[in-house]
Amino acid sequence: MKRDLLLFIAFALLIMVAPHFFHGGYLMNVLVFVGINTMLAIALNLLLGYAGQISLGHAGFFGLGAYISGVLTTTYALNPWSAMPLAALVVGCLAYLIGFPILKLKGHYLAMATLGLGIIIYIVFNETVDLTGGPSGLSGIPNLEVAGVVFDSDVKNYYLIWGVTLAVMLFSLNLANSRIGRALRAVHDSEVAAQVLGVNSRVLKVQIFALSAVISSLAGSLYAHTMTFVSPASFGFNFSIEVLTMVVIGGLGSIYGSFLGAALLTLLPEFLRGANDYDIIIYGALLMIMVMFMPGGLVRGIPALYRKIFKQKGEGDNA
Amino acid sequence: MLRLKNINTYYGKVHALKNVSLHLGEGEIVTLIGANGAGKTTILNTISGVTPASAGEVNFCKETVTFLAPDKIVQRGISQVPEGRQVFKPLSVEDNLELGAYLRYRSREGKASIHKDMEKVFTLFPRLLERRKQLAGTMSGGEQQMLAIGRALMANPKMLLLDEPSMGLAPLVVQEIFRVLERLRQENGTTILLVEQNAKAALKLADRGYVLETGKVILEGPADELLENAEVKRAYLGKDKKEMWER
Repeated sequence: MKRDLLLFIAFALLIMVAPHFFHGGYLMNVLVFVGINTMLAIALNLLLGYAGQISLGHAGFFGLGAYISGVLTTTYALNPWSAMPLAALVVGCLAYLIGFPILKLKGHYLAMATLGLGIIIYIVFNETVDLTGGPSGLSGIPNLEVAGVVFDSDVKNYYLIWGVTLAVMLFSLNLANSRIGRALRAVHDSEVAAQVLGVNSRVLKVQIFALSAVISSLAGSLYAHTMTFVSPASFGFNFSIEVLTMVVIGGLGSIYGSFLGAALLTLLPEFLRGANDYDIIIYGALLMIMVMFMPGGLVRGIPALYRKIFKQKGEGDNA
Repeated sequence: MLRLKNINTYYGKVHALKNVSLHLGEGEIVTLIGANGAGKTTILNTISGVTPASAGEVNFCKETVTFLAPDKIVQRGISQVPEGRQVFKPLSVEDNLELGAYLRYRSREGKASIHKDMEKVFTLFPRLLERRKQLAGTMSGGEQQMLAIGRALMANPKMLLLDEPSMGLAPLVVQEIFRVLERLRQENGTTILLVEQNAKAALKLADRGYVLETGKVILEGPADELLENAEVKRAYLGKDKKEMWER
């Protein structure tokens, strides 16, 4: 328990000093996205990695958070600090209500249902032109502000986003190690066995689905207030799959894994930009290699790789 | 203590239990025997609330619990050890046991008493103590069965439902597990409803038994009488077939 806390503090310190090595610039902006994507990956991981319930519609919750925040602060001139929790509340209630019928489904059927949900939300963004601005998007969303400091630069946004991300991480780490975390993993492994031990799996699944949606919505609101512009294209089916890939590549059932997955999948396209037209091919090939050789995700694969290299070196010295 | 009255349970259109009635007194060990598909597991799942009855009544400690959700049933004091053990393989032995006490953590009775119960489980099954940090999935079948029973005991139940604890285990391990069940009754007065394929061993342990066939109770009585019953012998004990034939 103490070791976990030390690890988290070390990680938080690393995140906090990181900007000093980059001196602002474009990379800072990318790192802001790493933070937002980490939140989303953690949200999905709580659902998929711990409770074992798939969702292919999380971009929808992310988008709802962004749009509700955006519309409330532009059209209705609400303060962003009130719009964000309001958005989270609405999305949470929505997920809770939809969760009851949807989470009775299992496997492929649950995947289809959440996929449908994501697509419906995407269509709503596109078609309710009066409210959302339709395909051309919604602009002029205000930045967040604390005591006269406006979060309008990449460095300020970095600290804002990562402050919240670290809080979400700490919360999720605690949740995962609690009695609830154990119950979630029990539901994942055998729902009947969990039930006969007194875990109300039906309600628990819905609750974690709603929590996951709330975290996604929070990430969406922060996205809207840092980018000051949202359009439906960012919240489509592709993005749901991208978040899912982050979770799987990073490591199912690991909070730090979600960070690694989000960081890799956000940074990789930026680094591959030099390869011009071949970037997509390299990106795809790298993902395939990683899934083949690190089926447990980066969080388990990297230590294994390290051990392997280290051991080989040791043997070489002996010879 | 537990009474089932004219229970009817369906899986979709399949009529799995037809007017099943049975009862258990406090501190009794009762066994359900019958062939595959007779409805033994369904009875346990109906009591646990996993597959609720569509007609009839389940009564536990003078309270009707027919339509309660599974977690409420556990709260009332009925724990099930499900068929095929179903331990949580990626979790450690300790985590599995703590999950057994899932509802008790919420009831603020204090972690101390939960830990005391865990120690009790370890005295019943010392093998689990040796392996408390090990992942449940890496243990042998017998050890997993012990863990499944220990996990159910962590809920501090008045009544234990066991679904084929002997399945796929070596005879010596089966003996050990049955001895523990006997000990549970003696030391804690736990009431036990035991579903078994191994009819002979079950009837030797139990006070009374029910014989099921295609969703109906066809025979009931004291265990020693059932052991001697010609029909039971022929159908379920797999012995004396020759005797019957030559008679």
